[in-house]
Amino acid sequence: MSIDERSVESTVESTVESTVDFGRRHWRIDTARVSTLIPVRSVLVCAALVVVIIVAGLASMTIGAYDVNFAAVLGAVFDPSSDPDVRQVVLEWRLPRVLFAVLCGAALALAGGIFQSLTRNPLGSPDIIGFGVGAQFGVTLMMIVFELNTYMFKAIGALVGGLFTALLVYALANSKTMSSFRLIIVGIGVSAGLGSLTSWILISVSLEKAMMAATWGAGSIASLGFDQLLPAAIVFAVVLVGSLPLNRTLPVLEMGDDAATALGISPGRTRLAAMVFGVALVALVTAAAGPISFIALAAPQISQRLTRSNTPMGTAPVMLTGAALVVVSDAVAQLVGVPVGVVTVSVGGLYLAWLLAAQYARRA
Amino acid sequence: MTASLNARDITLAYGDTRIISNLSLAVPDKSFTIIIGPNACGKSTLLRGFARLLRPSTGTVLLDGADLHSLKPKEAARKLGLLPQSSIAPDGITVADLVGRGRFPHQNALRTWSRDDERAVAEAMDATGTTELSSRLVDELSGGQRQRVWVAMALAQRTGHLLLDEPTTFLDIAHQIDLMELFADLHREGTTLVAVLHDLNHAARYATHLVAMRDGAIVAQGDPRDVITEQLVEAVYDLPCRVITDPVSGTPLVLPLGRRAK
Repeated sequence: MSIDERSVESTVESTVESTVDFGRRHWRIDTARVSTLIPVRSVLVCAALVVVIIVAGLASMTIGAYDVNFAAVLGAVFDPSSDPDVRQVVLEWRLPRVLFAVLCGAALALAGGIFQSLTRNPLGSPDIIGFGVGAQFGVTLMMIVFELNTYMFKAIGALVGGLFTALLVYALANSKTMSSFRLIIVGIGVSAGLGSLTSWILISVSLEKAMMAATWGAGSIASLGFDQLLPAAIVFAVVLVGSLPLNRTLPVLEMGDDAATALGISPGRTRLAAMVFGVALVALVTAAAGPISFIALAAPQISQRLTRSNTPMGTAPVMLTGAALVVVSDAVAQLVGVPVGVVTVSVGGLYLAWLLAAQYARRA
Repeated sequence: MTASLNARDITLAYGDTRIISNLSLAVPDKSFTIIIGPNACGKSTLLRGFARLLRPSTGTVLLDGADLHSLKPKEAARKLGLLPQSSIAPDGITVADLVGRGRFPHQNALRTWSRDDERAVAEAMDATGTTELSSRLVDELSGGQRQRVWVAMALAQRTGHLLLDEPTTFLDIAHQIDLMELFADLHREGTTLVAVLHDLNHAARYATHLVAMRDGAIVAQGDPRDVITEQLVEAVYDLPCRVITDPVSGTPLVLPLGRRAK
């Protein structure tokens, strides 16, 4: 196990062997400013996920009232001189939906990875600990009570609702111990409470308003266009950049506050940043598309198993897994003719049942 | 004797409960300092104060002349390491990955794994005899092996000072000695060690500077041969005992009398 002398000089090289045996293969980048190890498996998984997203995305653009076959979709996307009617259907009506699916999936999955890493528990996702319902409550309040129906107002409603719920859950669970089990139980309770408050608001307003909220509340991206995509994408980009440091700090925090402090991390500050960014990611999706459940719960775990990683927090593979899940769910939703949220809830429900059973079995 | 790590008049408290009041302790450079004392004497709390886990309500902890608690966390982490009493090994983490996490304070967004990191991790695993375990899962290891891996992580951090919080608890006698010998090696190679220990005889055998505490205050400190006496052990632990010379190491050996031998 020796390092080749030449390899120290080269900029990008592929090493199967290094002085430390991690039990997996890496690509090494070693330049004056950048030096890192990239697990080969993660790269392959990410590449495969990108292929799934593109194929499923193109396939889902063939589905709809207006019949467009696969070749025509490809033509519309890549050939400016193709049939303008087809181009309008594909690019203006269906493409934003697919891009929204990618964005929602990526944002929700990253939020899930952040919270699962923070709570050290695969159940600790924003769906389960109530932040999703909190964001939903905030949007309902904005839409119905204050009658402010633009993306930015809904996003603010979702963010405030989500953060308020987070504070409530942490306060009730007594954050001093940070027992994740307690957090999850309190979160489930708070979700139930906020869910019934939302229902109460809906049954006490006019029928049209309730219908509008209900359509949004099923979790749909079908009616969204580029004018809604742009603000959501900008918010997403900002939050994503802000949350990038968590990719390195959260896995260290998973080892416990004492070990993390000894390694130069401030647990309190890191936890606060993770919570704000995690809630913001959920909020930006909820504001645009309504609640799309179980992506935050399932994607980090699926990605962790695919990449054989030791943490649910790994920005690129987690986001791509989430995006692939929502794009595929959206294609199915188009085929069946239901909102995408309905598909993710159905598939996710089964996953949750399995996860609970598996966790219970491990503890017993 | 120089002491680049020292506490000056520190008061440590959890909420309103004061554990330590106005305590000063200078840790001699390159020493193997071991703190002993009965349960609830404040020895672990004192270590937490040195480890930046508890901020003194009065007084300061100095490291190389600077206030330890106002240093940037990562800068402090490059100078002072800690082997905590309990840490959590994430599910599915391999030994090499865990040891590699010790490099965090030396890394940044663009340099997540440099040749220095590689070398430090390889040497830390070599020193702790964990190189063969490198690609194994930490969950699969025995208690003794696992503790060696955590020590390797702290070594990979490459700090001049290393704090050890009851490092041998939960290990059998062979693994305890194994680990104490490893610390003695580290001390010989120039690392300043500060440990909290329960076993008086291990403390007497390995410490170069022994600190005895009771009720949040230091009762005695110095060379174990001077510190460990029958009077001191009785004063600190309320334990009548005989102290003889350890025939193996020549250090004091404490033999508790118990009720029957009185």
